[in-house]
Amino acid sequence: MLRKETVAMLLAGGQGSRLGVLTNKLAKPAVSFGGKYKIIDFTLSNCINSGIDTVGVLTQYQPLRLNRHIGIGIPWDLDRNYGGVSILPPYIKATVGEWYSGTANAIYQNKEFIDYYNPEYVIILSADHVYKMDYEMMLNFHKERKADLTIAAIQIPIEEAHRYGVIIEDVQNKIIDFEEKPQNPKNNLISMGIYIFNWKLLKSALASNDLLHRKSDFGKHIIPYCKHIGCNIYAYHFDGFWRDVGTLQSYWETNMELVKIVPDFNLYEEFWQIYSNNGSLPPQYTAETAEVKTCIISEAAEVYGKVYNSVIGNSVHIGKDSIIWNSIVMDNCQVGEGCVIRNSILAEEVIIGNGVEMGTGEWKENIVDPEIYNSDLIVIGESSVIPDGVKIGKNSAISGITDYEDYEGGILPPGSYLVKDGVI
Amino acid sequence: MRALGVIFAGKGNDELQGLTNKRAVAAMPIAGKYRAIDFALSNMTNSHIQNVAIITQNNARSLIEHVNSSKWWDFGRKQGGLFVFSSATLGDSSYFYSGTADMLYQNIEYLKKSHEPYVILTSGDSVYKMDYNKLLEYHISKKADITIVCKDIGSSDNPTRFGVVEVDSDNKIIQFEEKPLETENTYVSTGIYVIRRRQLIDMLEELSADKRQDIATSIVMRYLKKKRMYAYDMKDYWKNISSVEAYYEANMDFLNKDIRNHFFKDDPIIYSKVYDLPPAKYNVGSAVKNSLISSGSIINGTVENSILFKTVFVGEGSVIKNSIILDDVYVGKDVIIENCIIESRDTLRDKSIYVENGRNINVIIEKNERYIM
Repeated sequence: MLRKETVAMLLAGGQGSRLGVLTNKLAKPAVSFGGKYKIIDFTLSNCINSGIDTVGVLTQYQPLRLNRHIGIGIPWDLDRNYGGVSILPPYIKATVGEWYSGTANAIYQNKEFIDYYNPEYVIILSADHVYKMDYEMMLNFHKERKADLTIAAIQIPIEEAHRYGVIIEDVQNKIIDFEEKPQNPKNNLISMGIYIFNWKLLKSALASNDLLHRKSDFGKHIIPYCKHIGCNIYAYHFDGFWRDVGTLQSYWETNMELVKIVPDFNLYEEFWQIYSNNGSLPPQYTAETAEVKTCIISEAAEVYGKVYNSVIGNSVHIGKDSIIWNSIVMDNCQVGEGCVIRNSILAEEVIIGNGVEMGTGEWKENIVDPEIYNSDLIVIGESSVIPDGVKIGKNSAISGITDYEDYEGGILPPGSYLVKDGVI
Repeated sequence: MRALGVIFAGKGNDELQGLTNKRAVAAMPIAGKYRAIDFALSNMTNSHIQNVAIITQNNARSLIEHVNSSKWWDFGRKQGGLFVFSSATLGDSSYFYSGTADMLYQNIEYLKKSHEPYVILTSGDSVYKMDYNKLLEYHISKKADITIVCKDIGSSDNPTRFGVVEVDSDNKIIQFEEKPLETENTYVSTGIYVIRRRQLIDMLEELSADKRQDIATSIVMRYLKKKRMYAYDMKDYWKNISSVEAYYEANMDFLNKDIRNHFFKDDPIIYSKVYDLPPAKYNVGSAVKNSLISSGSIINGTVENSILFKTVFVGEGSVIKNSIILDDVYVGKDVIIENCIIESRDTLRDKSIYVENGRNINVIIEKNERYIM
């Protein structure tokens, strides 16, 4: 059997719970980004652009949308006679069914998939980051250094380093210490969650760790184990644009970076295209009554109102006399007439009535989840309905089909949490 | 699988001034990101016609490039498929096609080896949406030999470009005149036909000794008295784009919401080849009114009542009105464009002015060196 040099494994099973109501009904990799894209598009496009045509996508949390989006991989040219994209959900084994209990456990449960292609290298990727990266260059680095394991690393502000795996390296980029989410990080060089392993090493490491830990995880178990048994571990430095978009604030900010005159993350270069599954949509229409400045607007959107500094998805309708400021409006949203929408994130298929005002009042701590909702942003979950003429305060979250009666006197005070479809 | 489809895509020399120098009429860009042939192809696939031939002749390169991965229209199946026939590939009989009837005759083997009982014939240069199954049912119910889809174009176009049709109270065609020099009649043939496959083969073979030309002259007019021909009235939007005026109007019609919805929102929709381009980007200086803006475009200036195709760049201070800018055009700073069609991949230098007054539409084909972004 023809063998594949490299197989990519995409971890796409996480909920991304810090995105609040945005991930109620879908996994984080399926959340929209930059108008027409889904977050997973960046990693899938990186794979094919890097010459990797064999990709396993590990799904677990709410996989329906992800399955539909990926299909047989046509948009990314991953529909192959041999290789291509395979979606790998947890499955029932001889006696019991088993969920993926950790990142490494998920790979361990799919070792037969990887073995089928008999690869030299396996690249582990997480499907919830926004970046363009040539994995082939990283692989070349891995081969040059004769590494057993190479970890992609990026420098970030040290205040944020405690959320990631922190790397200490020597002058040859050899990793001498690795700490997963340390309280007092010693360095600002962090792991991007991208690993290239020699498959033989990974296979044995997975097997021995799976017996030791119930939720075996790359950062917590596999990397320390590899270090412990004396493997050559190298850090591959990446200095391009890379964002985790793990929190609502960072998700919003990263979207907003796209509307700058010359964005740091440039989607308009012909080189390194990002592919997505959008189907056949007509161009975007801007009406006589519209005013559109500093924003990006996706296909089939119809704008009759005013849009400033915002990111608008496919097939969005924005009614006359409505004003959208600093907001993200995802695919298929319908905004009525005479609305004012500030600093908001509208998930897909949201319907906003006429004369709705969003982003009113003084900032207040969110009553339910101040950890997740801790900015000015108003977040509306997928397929929600907002009735005519209501006012919605800052730092609020809404999900579900709401009626005027749900808003006391037509007002939702700042910091509120209104969820009607039962999912929290 | 009651019918196979044939799309005529041969036109492509002088019909659209310089615009058809590098592409066939059927490959002309429409409505921001489509090409004319997308309409016929989508109609075929939406009517579940899976065996479709495109017959090309002039300037077919970009047309073939466009249809070459037939998956966008859901062709490329094990049953049927999309066939592209051009005039040079037919061995013994490889002479230039002298018309649509000749196109069919030279590809008669394709008609013979197919098994579908009916043939739908259409041109690739018309913008319309149609369920061919309804046409077929009509054809069968009228026990017609040939059914021609006809449309009253009123004053929207020039009837002398078409075949004009007269019908009786039962819609039976009693008079057919191809491209009359003068006519009061505005009821024209759309060039869409349905005919039984065996019947078509017989007619073509009967004609074989003669000079074969178009279907209208060689078949419709010659057999009019002998065979039962019916008109099927087209109520929906239909427009042939084979003149600069009609091409311009067909594009501008898409600024009308009802027409956009008809083609792109109301199922079934029109499909086209997918290009993975980023969303349209509007910068600080943009002022866009009543316009269609396609993916990958970046706007820094004023755009009114216009259609911008894919990856168009509009520089600061530029003003575009009532114009069509085809794919990949770079418009520099302070450029003024009014009532023009700008050919694809053009580069318009800073401060240049392209203004056409009056009712004419000017086709601009610049050969400036490409600005590399």
